[in-house]
Amino acid sequence: MSLVTTYYRNVTCVTGPLVFLEGAEQFGFGAMLDLVLPGGEVRTGQVLEASRELALVQVLEGTSQIGPAAAQVGFREAAATVKLSPYLMGRVLDGSGRPRDGRPSVVYEERRNINGAPLNPVARLQPRLFIETGLSAIDGFNTLVRGQKLPIFSGPGLPVHEIVSSILERARVVGDNEEQGLVVIFAAMGITHREATAYLDRIRGSEASQRLITFLNLADDPVIERLVTPRCALTAAEYFAFTHGMHVLVVLADMTNYCEALREVSGAREEIPGRRGYPGMMYTDLASIYERAGSVKGSEGSITQIPVVTMPDDDITHPIVDLTGYITEGQVVLSRALHHKGLFPPVDVLPSLSRLMNNGIGIGRTREDHRELANQLYACYANGIDIRRLVSIVGEDALTESDRRYLVFADRFEREMIHQGDQRRTIHQTLDKGWELLQMFPASELTRIRRVLVEHYYPETGPANSDERAGQCMNQEPKTGS
Amino acid sequence: MISRNDQGRIFKIAGPAVVVEGMETVQLGDIVFVGDAHLMAEVIRVERSRAVLQVFEDTTGLRVGEPVTGTGAPLSVELGPGLLGQIYDGVQRPLESLLAMQGAFLARGASAPAVSVDRQWDFVPRVRVGDQLMPGAIIGEVEERPGRMHRVLVPPAVTGRVDHVDAGRHTVHDPVVRLSDGRSLAMSQRWPVKVGRPFQEKLDPTEPFLTGQRVLDALLPICRGGTAIIPGGFGTGKTVLEQTLAKCANAEIIVYVGCGERGNEMTDVLSEFPKLDDPVTGRPLMERTILIANTSNMPVAAREASVYVGLTMAEYYRDMGYHVALLADSTSRWAEALREISSRLEEMPGEEGYPTYLASRLAGFYERSGRVRCLGDGDRIGSVTIVGAVSPPGGDYSEPVTQCSQRTTGAFWALDASLAYRRHFPAISWSRSYSLYARRLEPWYAEHLSRDWQDSVHAVRELLQRDAELQEVVQLVGPEGLQNHERVILETGRAIREDFLQQNATSPTDMHCVLAKQHAMLRTLLFFHRVSSEAARKGVGVEKILALPQRELLSRMKEVPAAEIEAYVERFQREFEEAVRQLVP
Repeated sequence: MSLVTTYYRNVTCVTGPLVFLEGAEQFGFGAMLDLVLPGGEVRTGQVLEASRELALVQVLEGTSQIGPAAAQVGFREAAATVKLSPYLMGRVLDGSGRPRDGRPSVVYEERRNINGAPLNPVARLQPRLFIETGLSAIDGFNTLVRGQKLPIFSGPGLPVHEIVSSILERARVVGDNEEQGLVVIFAAMGITHREATAYLDRIRGSEASQRLITFLNLADDPVIERLVTPRCALTAAEYFAFTHGMHVLVVLADMTNYCEALREVSGAREEIPGRRGYPGMMYTDLASIYERAGSVKGSEGSITQIPVVTMPDDDITHPIVDLTGYITEGQVVLSRALHHKGLFPPVDVLPSLSRLMNNGIGIGRTREDHRELANQLYACYANGIDIRRLVSIVGEDALTESDRRYLVFADRFEREMIHQGDQRRTIHQTLDKGWELLQMFPASELTRIRRVLVEHYYPETGPANSDERAGQCMNQEPKTGS
Repeated sequence: MISRNDQGRIFKIAGPAVVVEGMETVQLGDIVFVGDAHLMAEVIRVERSRAVLQVFEDTTGLRVGEPVTGTGAPLSVELGPGLLGQIYDGVQRPLESLLAMQGAFLARGASAPAVSVDRQWDFVPRVRVGDQLMPGAIIGEVEERPGRMHRVLVPPAVTGRVDHVDAGRHTVHDPVVRLSDGRSLAMSQRWPVKVGRPFQEKLDPTEPFLTGQRVLDALLPICRGGTAIIPGGFGTGKTVLEQTLAKCANAEIIVYVGCGERGNEMTDVLSEFPKLDDPVTGRPLMERTILIANTSNMPVAAREASVYVGLTMAEYYRDMGYHVALLADSTSRWAEALREISSRLEEMPGEEGYPTYLASRLAGFYERSGRVRCLGDGDRIGSVTIVGAVSPPGGDYSEPVTQCSQRTTGAFWALDASLAYRRHFPAISWSRSYSLYARRLEPWYAEHLSRDWQDSVHAVRELLQRDAELQEVVQLVGPEGLQNHERVILETGRAIREDFLQQNATSPTDMHCVLAKQHAMLRTLLFFHRVSSEAARKGVGVEKILALPQRELLSRMKEVPAAEIEAYVERFQREFEEAVRQLVP
């Protein structure tokens, strides 16, 4: 990099977040530029399109006050980078990775391109280690695994902040290097100050705050900067996970705001819009963020992502939600109905899913009965919900005895299993609770669980002694693979 | 011949689309190398002295004016022994080699040979000096994997008389046969991916492509050489179903294309397949599999290439006389890549922004399937079966990719989100799906399995239909409002759904269900229905029948190994009939 930067006065057109430059062919595609305003303010631009005639530049801080005569443009670096150092821990940075906490910039060990490079699929390690969040709805039914990307689909007004903050505070990695603890990277995109506080208040008070790195782009911060925020955060995550071998949990909140920024740029470029005005390349763009979760052969660390997506109008078919669901390894869906019933966390387990659950559970990870027990509880709950719908039409009198049992079960499942208020449950407590609920049914109706497990765990005299029985059962060879 | 190795300069860069100026002899479809970083790209439009390229790698850092070099050839793949068990990226670079060269993250501009150039294979000739060779003839064999013969073929455009044969250990590029005109043949050949490999004639498909999945083999069967699509919203189990097909289908070779999907899913395949056994040969599953991974964070432009690269390899093994399955997950991502490039080219969009040529591209792709008489002498028959997953946005099947694919494929295996929510897997909707091959396969099932198979299948279909109708009535009046014999239909319907159609892809016994077991299960379910309805007619309450301990035996039928199923169902039938008889007053 040369020490002297040449500045050009070559802005020809300004529209939305974009600036067109003439005679700028020396800037490469994706290059970062400095735009110097007459008052001395320096803004950051990125080349989105380069040609011999015109370069198209998106300005992260917005384009107001920029005009043909009122800006000079100079080259900063060939691609957007972020400065990385172990001393980032505990720091608060802005959306592009500069200090926001009033403290000086860190002495960096490395500068890295925030776009990263795609991970060779062969280099990936199958995620198979359980993370205990302490929430039954997740641990029991949509188990989070190290290296997974598991988004939370929330709706406006639902308590997603409380759920995330409880996970941040209480998540425990189970298995090897258990004691090390998680590095938490929180990337805020366009959320309000109040929301940011709600996400972070619990962890800030705990000792885990020493291992928290925050990238903040709040609602009144530059919109276009939101496009680089998750990438800065994930570049930092890769640094801690794969260079320093630590387990990193990245929370991205809120992806809906990110996508809106993406749409704004796409609109200004006059691209042909896809569904609901979102750009056609949104899938690829989101994938370039979500796919940066995982673990890598030859490295101890892992990146686990919890993106938060607010479903506009609770619509799960909305393009942002839909595309996220196609890329991520499952989803945790919050339900307004459960929230209104006063249940916390209001997780609707039926549409929720963790695709990596089977890898992370079973003997040696959670417990051998986990998979089948979860299947059975699911099936019973789904059946109960169907009957609940039926009752609203035909009334309870038309039900058979067994139907009524399922109806009661669905209710108890919501109030006793899903709902846990502020309590933390270990995975064993969650599973025992499941067996306790299944007592409502005769053992012969539990057809989703292998008989040998039913015989071991089905509590004939209440939920006592299950740990002891688990111990006996663990010694046997598993019948199924993981 | 004009040399087309000319040079040009970059004029414009817009994401994966790059415009180059000054290339005089460039042709549509040519592969060129872009910039100082030497990035691979394909020419997708030519306008006088300018050409538009789609670059198969990330274009960040490219500058206007950097050089572009032509190769004068279209995108081709290398075909020869050593493909099986490999994992490639979208343009046939072996990912294992890239890992060794570059480390965990993919750097740009790398290249590595698709099949090992050093490895020596034991070439066993099948021709003698003086033999006249025609295109597609087998010149020799190589044991590519234990028990799996790789037949070395004369490339499609070559004929000649054998002048010299060189048996023994050779690398793929060594000449093994010399022709009288001086040309020589090696064990590997190249083929352009966008051109279908030739064959003698396409045959009517008559044999089933058995999947080991009850809902498919019984209700929605397809043929070897057929095509099917699996449309489904997220979380409905497309990938699990594709992977189950890769594990259980009775194909001899599987080409699995992970197109724009999750990296961890490819890892699953890579860590699981070597441990599983091929249901046909009993050898590790990986030995019959070729994987192509263009995961969703890998470059978009290579997505289209990835499906054609996979298809061409599938055709190559078909030409040896093998039955090959191409499993593509997901074709929607490929279509979206087309849309993205098309939008960068500022083409006039068709429906939902997809290019107007979407339908013809999809049709051209699926039409490369089929059961064929292979090129060459003799009656070698091979097939390529294509099963493509489709990811409709919002699970809405009226979108263009589903619609265009549906028109050109023979089976529609629709996944239903409501089934998936209640963990009914595979979540294939039996009412919404169809197979156009079912009738054509009836003679095969009658001959190879049993004459009453078809009758059982029809009876089960009818019961499912009646069940669906009665469910609607129940929604209005409640189950108590039904008559006794109608409630029997509901219970049988439930048994069919839960104990037959549902199949556990993670259970070693249940994952793969052979036809004989399927048949036994079908007969037993119909027996259950017959005996229960008769009892109901005689006034026995449905609850009493359900409360019989034998009912549970029906649910556990899935987990019975195929070898024991006949004895098991016989015992069930005997005990159940006896128990019901005792209930009749």
